[in-house]
Amino acid sequence: MSTERLPISVLRRRFVPGRWDVVAFVLVFAALALLAHSAYGLTRPLSHLQAERISLSPWALPGYAAQTALRMLVAMGASLLFTFTYATLAAKNRRAAAVLVPLLDILQSVPILGFSFTIVFFLSLTPGRVAGAEMAAVFLVFTSQAWNMAFSFYHSLRSIPSELDEAARAFHLGPWMRFWRLELPFAMPALIWNMMMSMSGGWFFVVAAEAISVGHTTVTLPGIGSYIARAIAERNLGAIGWAIAAMTVVILIYDQVIFRPLIASADWFRLEQEVGLTPNRSWALTMMRRSRLLGLAAGAFSGVVRFGFNRGTAPNRVRTQRRSRLHDVLWYGALILAVALLAWFTARYILAHAPPRTVLHVAGLGLLTLLRVVVLIALASVIWVPIGVYVGIRPRLAAAVQPVAQFLAAFPVNLLFPVAVSGIVYFRLDPNIWLSPLMILGTQWYILFNVIAGASSLPNELKQVGENLRVGGWLWWRRIALPAVFPFYITGAITAAGGSWNASIVSEVADWGNKHLAAEGLGAYIANATRAGDFARTVLGIVVMSLFVVIINRAFWRPLYARAERKFRMS
Amino acid sequence: MNDAAQTADSLAPLLEVQSIGKSFLKPDGDALLVLDGVNLKLKRGEIVGLLGRSGSGKSTLLRLIAGLDTPSHGAVRYLGAPVEGPAPGISMVFQGFALFPWLTVLGNVQLGLEAMRLAPAEIRKRSLQAIDLIGLDGYESAYPRELSGGMRQRVGFARALVVHPNILLMDEPFSALDVLTAETLRNDFLDLWGRGELPIGAVLLVTHNIEEAVQMCDRLLIFSTHPGRVVSEIPIDLPQPREPLDPLVRALVDRVYVEMTARPRQGRDGARAERPTLVSIGTALEHVSTNLLAGLIEAVSEPPYEGRADLPAIAQALHMEADDLFPVAETLQLLHFAEVGGGDIRLTEAGLTFARSETDERKSLFARQLLAYVPLAAHVRRVLDERSSHRAPKSRFLDELEDHMAEEAAEQTLRAVISWGRYAEVFAYDDQRQVFTLENPQ
Repeated sequence: MSTERLPISVLRRRFVPGRWDVVAFVLVFAALALLAHSAYGLTRPLSHLQAERISLSPWALPGYAAQTALRMLVAMGASLLFTFTYATLAAKNRRAAAVLVPLLDILQSVPILGFSFTIVFFLSLTPGRVAGAEMAAVFLVFTSQAWNMAFSFYHSLRSIPSELDEAARAFHLGPWMRFWRLELPFAMPALIWNMMMSMSGGWFFVVAAEAISVGHTTVTLPGIGSYIARAIAERNLGAIGWAIAAMTVVILIYDQVIFRPLIASADWFRLEQEVGLTPNRSWALTMMRRSRLLGLAAGAFSGVVRFGFNRGTAPNRVRTQRRSRLHDVLWYGALILAVALLAWFTARYILAHAPPRTVLHVAGLGLLTLLRVVVLIALASVIWVPIGVYVGIRPRLAAAVQPVAQFLAAFPVNLLFPVAVSGIVYFRLDPNIWLSPLMILGTQWYILFNVIAGASSLPNELKQVGENLRVGGWLWWRRIALPAVFPFYITGAITAAGGSWNASIVSEVADWGNKHLAAEGLGAYIANATRAGDFARTVLGIVVMSLFVVIINRAFWRPLYARAERKFRMS
Repeated sequence: MNDAAQTADSLAPLLEVQSIGKSFLKPDGDALLVLDGVNLKLKRGEIVGLLGRSGSGKSTLLRLIAGLDTPSHGAVRYLGAPVEGPAPGISMVFQGFALFPWLTVLGNVQLGLEAMRLAPAEIRKRSLQAIDLIGLDGYESAYPRELSGGMRQRVGFARALVVHPNILLMDEPFSALDVLTAETLRNDFLDLWGRGELPIGAVLLVTHNIEEAVQMCDRLLIFSTHPGRVVSEIPIDLPQPREPLDPLVRALVDRVYVEMTARPRQGRDGARAERPTLVSIGTALEHVSTNLLAGLIEAVSEPPYEGRADLPAIAQALHMEADDLFPVAETLQLLHFAEVGGGDIRLTEAGLTFARSETDERKSLFARQLLAYVPLAAHVRRVLDERSSHRAPKSRFLDELEDHMAEEAAEQTLRAVISWGRYAEVFAYDDQRQVFTLENPQ
């Protein structure tokens, strides 16, 4: 928060501690206490951690939940840092962009749990200490959050309106001031949206990352994820119920304390000069605005930012885009060489451990998982598109349902897996079919809330024309509703499909006590290879899955989206 | 005018633009010249207007002076030194206001001073002074979104003059405002300027509004288009305030219209003739709706004009600005429905027939003129006729056009031809498949 956005009346008011100050005081100091407690844990030896068993008592859960939440927060901080540096470099340096942008595109499609093997590396950084394991868990969450945030920021930097850019240059803003006054505020709405999406994905993976085995290395960090893992091992459905309840509370708190205020304040940064459609309200934002205490903190922060305005030199020259042919040739030549070398090494490494027949087999597994994704997306669409349209054209219903859908998207469904798996075991169902729905359990909500958003953006006049001409039934769906939500639906389906690929690694294999269920598919292949510590097979699986995702995105989703944009946009 | 400012030492130019040229790279690597050999001197105490149609490079010139872009040839010298980036003492007012929506009025005004690293107290004092001066008192804590267009541009002015610039650059500052608001803001500005209350050395104003230019400026430079060159300079010695209906002001407006409808002859000699240049397939066209074309023909054919009208008069009668009217008039000239010159528009025989006809006759007359005088339309039709499928993709013509012009201009030209062709029913176009066909669907 910076004081610029606080009403002047707040700054001038005499200090009278109000009820908002009490709330703020409690929240701030609770957060500090939690931080101190967890930081102390980092320095402890790893052996201590392994000796200490996870307790299944519900009373232990608040502590575990707090630690899980803190990991999320640290990962989000790291993701923001990455976003600001990586995207800035990519946006401002043409040569760097040639590498960084495609790299980001690929990283985005790498299945996150493919990064699990990095845990070995992180453990070696701080031998025998918990810190290394914590870093590994945070890194896994980071990989599920950072890429789309960086993409969004890069895109914002590239699409700053030229007049604002010229105004910033004409009034001699230095890089630091430009960042705080122009770039960050402009990128804010899109960045906040992407942070929310990242958080949703993050919850899913933080739970998976707390209890991980790679070969002989097994790490169990205290948190909701390892609580669940132990509950599964002991077939304790009651404990799983407690964990789900705790997670719900944590996500609600995050939503209320971090995201609602962010969304509400993002309205200030919208470029459209009209007053927003529905003002987003947030009690936490009100608290921050009204609290004198937080006002002082914000003032101090903005003082630091302002101090920076006086540092660094303003650019007095135009950045001349001198395109040196020679440098370009050298740079791109080196790039091509490096890429070719890397590709060769990777191919050689994989082929040394896996014969071409294995590669074909893995590709076949990829097709199986692809089949699952396609069928599930189709099923989810048939169910959620009509419901989304029904909700979306009723503004009051939409206002009530939308936050619920967003909450459901954020909820890590892997917490629900044990419940489903115990059912499959109990009824002796075929895992090849019945494990599949788990893939889409968490991602189907993207389709729902995007369709709701699309249907509620249908202009009132168009709805009235439909009524006026007495367009009803199937004709109404075909001519009015479906075209209106189509681009939104595509956005939702892209996100849902991408998420499902990721989720396949967790959902194609499942345990319930000593009972092991596995479906035939690429996700199960990667999961098993990781668990066995088989590095080559893991890499092969990841490469194949990334290729599938990239090719489907390029060949299917992107053209479809472009077409939808062209044909169905409102203006 | 600012007699007090006309002391001996201030007669030295603040700004000197020396035979400046600017070209942009086209996608195929060729250079597209937008400004060519422009010279300009700006002295303390004067308001100079740059007047020209869109595409005359006048906004580009302003950005070169602001140091936001570098010229391809020539140099900009400010206070004797070459401009190599945004120079201190040159500030700018933007057409679209360019306010930061996340900053308050005060925050926006303070921006330039913060970047100058002044003491916070000084920043606040000067900002509040500027806000007072420009009539924004009481709005300090408002956000731009809460303000009307006129108030927003006042913030733009306050932000530009709070830094006490030697040169204030104004890029069509009133063109995004409604007529009444623009008038008020203009008068307020001239008032402050006349009383010497503005901390500004000189003003360079880019505009396409002829009345505005005549009302505000001490000197006008008129630009040609494609590429932009200064084709004439008109000093204006009338005393302020200048009433729009004053006969002397009207006479000057008429004179500027005459200058602007005169067409430059091809070539670099600068001589001009009042004959339309020949159009070829590669001539860039402006997309003017057939409704506007028909509307202007009807307006000119009716009393009191009876087929011949004074451009400023008809612009006023139709509530159109010169920049909106010129493309319509020129398209009529292109289609040989009218002749434009000497500040007048005259309907041809075809134009008069068009005015008298019913829809179907109009369409066939339009088709005849289109195929006869717009080579690109004739070319599209010929290609469709020759092919047995009677279909041709858009890209085929777009590629051809891009040999002659920039990508954007090619798109625009093709859009114009599509729209006219559809009206005349000489061919059809399917935007979904991006193909031209001879038949309409079904």
